[in-house]
Amino acid sequence: MPAPPQDRISRNASPETPADEVADNAPQALAPDAKLKFRTGDSVIADRVFRGLTIICAVAVFVIVGLVLFELVLQSRLSLHKFGLHFLTKTIWDPVIEDFGALPFIYGTIVSSLVGLVIAVPLSVGTALFLTEICPRRIRAVLSLCVELLAAIPSVIYGVWGMFVLVPFLRVYLQPALARYFGWTGLFGGQNFGFGMLAAGIIIAIMILPIIASITREVVVAVPRQQREAALALGATKWEMLRMAVLRNARPGIFGAIILGLGRAFGETMAVTMVIGNSPAIARSLFAPGYTLASVIANEFTEATGNMHLSALVEMGLVLFVLTLIVNALANLLVWSIKRRNPGRGLA
Amino acid sequence: MRRNWLVGLVLALFLGSAIADTNLNGAGATFPTPIYSKWFSEYNKLHPDIKINYQSIGSGGGIKQVQAGTVDFGASDGPMTDEQLAATPFKVVHIPTVLGADVPTYNLPGVSKDLKFEGGVLADIFLGNIKKWNDPRLAKANPGVKFPNSDIVVVHRSDGSGTTYIWTDFLSKVSPEWKKKVGTGTSVSWPVGIGGKGNEGVSGVVKQTEGSIGYVELIYAVQNKMDYGSVQNVAGQFIKADLASVTAAAASVKDMPADYRVSITNAPGKGVYPVSSFTWLLVPVKWSDAGKKKVFIDFLNWMVGPGQSMTSTLSYAPLPASVAAKVKVTIKAIQ
Repeated sequence: MPAPPQDRISRNASPETPADEVADNAPQALAPDAKLKFRTGDSVIADRVFRGLTIICAVAVFVIVGLVLFELVLQSRLSLHKFGLHFLTKTIWDPVIEDFGALPFIYGTIVSSLVGLVIAVPLSVGTALFLTEICPRRIRAVLSLCVELLAAIPSVIYGVWGMFVLVPFLRVYLQPALARYFGWTGLFGGQNFGFGMLAAGIIIAIMILPIIASITREVVVAVPRQQREAALALGATKWEMLRMAVLRNARPGIFGAIILGLGRAFGETMAVTMVIGNSPAIARSLFAPGYTLASVIANEFTEATGNMHLSALVEMGLVLFVLTLIVNALANLLVWSIKRRNPGRGLA
Repeated sequence: MRRNWLVGLVLALFLGSAIADTNLNGAGATFPTPIYSKWFSEYNKLHPDIKINYQSIGSGGGIKQVQAGTVDFGASDGPMTDEQLAATPFKVVHIPTVLGADVPTYNLPGVSKDLKFEGGVLADIFLGNIKKWNDPRLAKANPGVKFPNSDIVVVHRSDGSGTTYIWTDFLSKVSPEWKKKVGTGTSVSWPVGIGGKGNEGVSGVVKQTEGSIGYVELIYAVQNKMDYGSVQNVAGQFIKADLASVTAAAASVKDMPADYRVSITNAPGKGVYPVSSFTWLLVPVKWSDAGKKKVFIDFLNWMVGPGQSMTSTLSYAPLPASVAAKVKVTIKAIQ
């Protein structure tokens, strides 16, 4: 057996010799046979170690996910046992008589996230395309920084901003206008609090925009330059070039970005709680207050004293977990089917 | 030789600190956290060797941790239920510490006078039975106030809290319909309205929304200089909450139960503010560590004695003298 691998690696990676000796030995260290030694003997071991480390990392992810699932089921067994599958279809949430159902919360989570996506996806894909294809080089860096800064703002700041700036704006300007021109859809009507599903959706949109925009930008940049040039050479306009050469090839990556954004939207808690109105109701209008799975856990967990109440809250976590899994699986399926039906094509 | 001497000194320091310092750990209600922090830090100034740590994790968490024995004492805004006491492997006593109250706060442009609310009217507003501000029952209690013909927007706490417990406890006592449909709890199933997180959330929504009404803790309203209405008590008076009227609510309880697990909402008597409540420390009766026990008993005696004079600077109502005297007897029962 050779010496322990870590030992060898560290000797090669970090010079342990004093500085003055390094200066003397430096040319020798680069001597051909020394290099050769590094390339053959050590790299085999390094490879094995690396392989082992990556396997450990990958297994750790599975173990963590498994443990989370196990713990969620274990802690929610009281409520799982009492309500069974009805938990998913009941609309009541009453801690006093300990009767719990998750439907309004599932609805609120999905609808607020969808509203967020509907707003954020065009905005962020547009931002990404502008940054990569159209924006003058000089202001590109500044704009990219601004988009990434959005991701660095803490959730609670968005919440406070939502409460004191966005909500009054919605109540006074946007919602009356929406009700007037689009009231016939049934989506914009009823009592106008400002707080509600629409406010939550807009907050979510702003929060997931930087994620989708920056990943989309990376994906778009990765489309080979020849593709663009080929499209232009065929006489395509800039828009046609973007559509044919860039978006078509970048589509799976953009979908990936959207899925990541959706994951964030599902789990978003603080900012959403502050503007959604926290009322477990299912209403067609986006003006109506709603409630999300993550919000109810954050709101009620600290003061929940009854065992059934606690158990039901943990089950909400389980529902959120499974919901995220299902949506991710569906999204991956969608990406796969799009790729299969309309594969990316090379023009060059 | 010199080295031995040094080792001796270091050892002495370690042992010395281990013997002298007593650390006590507590956890629970968030509502009394400011006064508890003040008490623990003031007590530490008087007795530098005693450190009492308090984590404000919520009443539910406080009860759980006491039951599990992971803290020396707990704290809760609502008394432990009989079931919870039965489920605890050892005996726990409730020690009332201070009093708090909930006040109705509203946003009604054009109305400058403090509004008066009957308990039944508040219950009907929060049930959604009274939908408009110009309801005759509101007008009757507030002669001279010109109410607008606008919708009432109910605002409640979305997070579970002792504040909600007190509010719903009061509404349950004044309205049979509330008691039947909603009940009392730290979180309830609200028939109408929108939820704000924390006192700041409720007051934020109320400030933002014309025609809204919500409830916040008295302390929060006082510290933020908010306007709030008065509530009618059993004697028929409309009382605006302040420290005196809240303390009066506790003093008015005629037959205080030995374990202090008593609701003082809607208490009888003149000058009583009806939406008031105790907050409690949850203390195990038997302590295995005699040193800790003595330290904590000393602290409790100080808390119901000189400590009570610190409450009003933080807008908490102090215990009435009769209750403080009774608590001193209860403390003697801790073994």
